[in-house]
Amino acid sequence: MKDDDFGITRRGVLASGGASFAIASIPPARAEIAPASQPMPAAMKVALTVNGKKRELEVDTRTTLLDALREHLHLTGTKKGCDHGQCGACTVIVDGRRINSCLSLAVMHEGDEVTTIEGLGTPEKLHPMQAAFVKHDGYQCGYCTPGQICSAVAVLDEIRRGVPSHVTRDLNARPRATNDEMRERMSGNICRCGAYSNILEAMTEIAGRRG
Amino acid sequence: MRPFSYERVATPAEAASAAARTQGAKFIAGGTNLLDLMKLEIEAPTHLIDVNGIGLDRIEPTPEGGLRIGALVRNTDLAADKRVRKDYALLSRALLAGASGQLRNKATTAGNLLQRTRCPYFYDTNQPCNKRKPGSGCAAIGGYSRQLGVIGTSEACIATYPGDMAVALRALDATVETVKPDGSTRAIPIADFHRLPGDTPHIDTVLEPGELITAATLPAPVGGTHVYHKVRDRASYAFALVSVGAIVQRDGSGRVALGGIAPKPWRVEAAEAALPRGAKAVAEGLLAGAKPTGDNAFKLTLVERTLGAVLAQTRG
Repeated sequence: MKDDDFGITRRGVLASGGASFAIASIPPARAEIAPASQPMPAAMKVALTVNGKKRELEVDTRTTLLDALREHLHLTGTKKGCDHGQCGACTVIVDGRRINSCLSLAVMHEGDEVTTIEGLGTPEKLHPMQAAFVKHDGYQCGYCTPGQICSAVAVLDEIRRGVPSHVTRDLNARPRATNDEMRERMSGNICRCGAYSNILEAMTEIAGRRG
Repeated sequence: MRPFSYERVATPAEAASAAARTQGAKFIAGGTNLLDLMKLEIEAPTHLIDVNGIGLDRIEPTPEGGLRIGALVRNTDLAADKRVRKDYALLSRALLAGASGQLRNKATTAGNLLQRTRCPYFYDTNQPCNKRKPGSGCAAIGGYSRQLGVIGTSEACIATYPGDMAVALRALDATVETVKPDGSTRAIPIADFHRLPGDTPHIDTVLEPGELITAATLPAPVGGTHVYHKVRDRASYAFALVSVGAIVQRDGSGRVALGGIAPKPWRVEAAEAALPRGAKAVAEGLLAGAKPTGDNAFKLTLVERTLGAVLAQTRG
């Protein structure tokens, strides 16, 4: 029997569970430097391109790019891990560069081009990096994987563009996609299952293919 | 996160006057530190002024032979700039030792200078912290202080300035350029930019309300061998326990700035005369008057040893 025979999905359960938690939970610590005149929540329009499609949203100014993608556009491939820029699960590519979508406000992306894991490839037509992750078993639970793949794609692009890293020996020479270089550059993506070595195998295959 | 209104501005002057107009306003550029703190309600601006559209995203040569780095130049772009890599390698190295690729793609030059401490008691709103809530006390003193400051601290605060980039800027004698809401500008030597805590640790820098950083300026290149050595609990993506930024010339003279040990990038010019005599002599001058806690006294030894490693590296 499938879950949806009852009209219940894992997502639906999570969403309703989240709502009851929100009601029962204690409000967060009050801001200690909040001035007396805190404004009311403000909504704002923002237009951006996500995975090649123009999207217009009206969001609370507090909405992060991550929450806009997940909760407004229902692109739930991008994951919320720590929500503080420490784990990399929320990594997306904006105007060709990888960023933590949790540490960016949606309203700050007017006119930007955002690529999420859903825009890199599809189940029918995987991006080469996605296929390499499958081939090399570059995940276990899979939660960090969309962020890992977006980051991995951007890392190889950074190396190709000659962006140096902490482990680049000669700052004035072109960096190469070595094991050390890729490990250092992927340090903003945490995998608690510890799939790192297989992620590196996947990246190495793609880096080699592009020469 | 507390509610806030939001506006985009098109020029530095507009940004500064918008800040003067709205009480409780803050500038936002990369947002990587500010949004983190807003989620925790450690920062609660009532209004955000998005300065990403005001230009200031170029690195330009100065008439004096140096470089003027726009406030909005991203850390990735600054570290990768050919002129910086060649003539100010210390700056590239320091930037690349900090944060993650994702964060460096967003973080700006000005924002990096203004990042706030990572003292765990500043972050924990259940604890007293004079930096977060003036007059509430300091839970770090007598608390878990392994990562915290050993010099320049006060009875009110032992937090460190967490960044790497500013350590390099300190060794390079950079200048911070600003514009005030009344339109006047000033140039602040990096040595004077960050404050010591004294009894007002909630004020990190000498910037006045509404004053906007427009650039960081580097003097003409000084040559020498540039090394940035960061010692931390992980090989990547961690804040420094101790970092040493050094520029050493062929004759053994040079400059040294330290990170991870003080409320600001730590440099003692008088101590640099001892460079030809080795790490121990320099470390003594740099750390004179240090007041470590039981948890972080190891940093004094670590400074000397890291400096020793750096000097060995500069000798090839």
